[in-house]
Amino acid sequence: MKIAVVKYNAGNIRSVLCALKRLGYDATVTDDFAELASADRVIFPGVGEASTAMAYLKERGLDAFLKTLKQPFLGICLGMQLMCSFSEEHDTSCLGIFDVPVKKFVPTCGEKIPHMGWNTLQVEEDPLYTGLQDPVWCYFVHSYYVPVCSETIAKTEYAHIEFSASLRHDNFWGCQFHPEKSGDLGELILKNFLEAL
Amino acid sequence: MLAKRIIPCLDVRDGRTVKGVNFVNLRDAGDAVELAQLYSRSGADELTFLDITATVENRSTFSSLVRRIADHIGIPFTVGGGIRTTADVGVLLDSGADKISINSQVVANPSVIDTLSLQYGSQCVVCAIDARRNSAFDTPTQEGWEVYVHGGRTPTGLEVVSWAKEAYNRGCGEILLTSMEHDGVKQGFALDLTRRVGEAVGIPVIASGGAGKMEHFVDVFTQAKADAALAASIFHFHEIDIPELKIFLSQHGITMRNRQ
Repeated sequence: MKIAVVKYNAGNIRSVLCALKRLGYDATVTDDFAELASADRVIFPGVGEASTAMAYLKERGLDAFLKTLKQPFLGICLGMQLMCSFSEEHDTSCLGIFDVPVKKFVPTCGEKIPHMGWNTLQVEEDPLYTGLQDPVWCYFVHSYYVPVCSETIAKTEYAHIEFSASLRHDNFWGCQFHPEKSGDLGELILKNFLEAL
Repeated sequence: MLAKRIIPCLDVRDGRTVKGVNFVNLRDAGDAVELAQLYSRSGADELTFLDITATVENRSTFSSLVRRIADHIGIPFTVGGGIRTTADVGVLLDSGADKISINSQVVANPSVIDTLSLQYGSQCVVCAIDARRNSAFDTPTQEGWEVYVHGGRTPTGLEVVSWAKEAYNRGCGEILLTSMEHDGVKQGFALDLTRRVGEAVGIPVIASGGAGKMEHFVDVFTQAKADAALAASIFHFHEIDIPELKIFLSQHGITMRNRQ
């Protein structure tokens, strides 16, 4: 299986590569259109800031190109947020794969921002979440969130807000949490992405 | 519900763990990666690795260890010790560390916090604060604490809560607060100080120093409202095992990630 990881100016790509390696898969980090188009799976990871990341994607034409991909595509954390319509992080226009805007967490009674640590997922039926049993604990680090919408396939709650922990639109999936940092359960989710779709 | 975190801390010298660990079923008790895997399997929520030699010659040994940890461990980990330049930070993050912990250097030059959080994001910048009681900082209602550096040997003249606030305002993402008074004494965490630091900043606080029994963790999460608790020897020497600790804390109404 050919796995491509989108190369752009976001951090912590190595963690994703290590997790894939533990599952027995090698991946290519690339921004080459032909390589991305011919991959069996595309992963769009990311730790960073939305406007800088979008500027980089636009400069290389990746913003228009990524939307046209047909194979299973997984955005992680900032990657998922960039797949939404718009982000309140520096008022950034995003890819628009998911028809929902990204909002900023506003603490209502002293909650710490970012939402950092392990939280539980309420998962809907989807091949990405096959074989998981409650409670599904995953690791999150984020200051912006995607509200629950028609494309939500998993929900989590923090700071009295229920938000999208995972989204799906056709062949596009997104995870707000970091499967590559969520221990055995996270690896099972990645394995499902590679093998169960 | 967001879980409270339990974080074992491993001291590393020349790529190997020190402070006599007595785990059974390890081929090599000194191998940091093997120990880390064991902790990860036993339900640790995160790991912290401190390079205690932290000399310039050892930087490459440490970063290659960080790469091996990232290869094998599927949970978040923080590394610290001897970080002097932003380039050091870049190497450690590129090697796969999720967060870096900085201490002495930022006290001498606080703007490093601004630089690092802008360059790499607040979420990966942990500001470690070593605190000692100093009555010169007492107020009529509160005990005063002073920030120390260089492994708790050098006083800085900074008051702990205001320094924590400054680190937060400059963009650090987490505070690792160690009470040098409580460290190694096993009589419980510095509850009042931990609570005050937590109330002063809008970021998570990791309490460290003083864990001796499971009740101490209950206190630090309920009374001091810590977001995470870090300990070393009690885990290394099996005085407390993480699975039992997590069950105990769950029974006391504290949200814990329990491994399936």
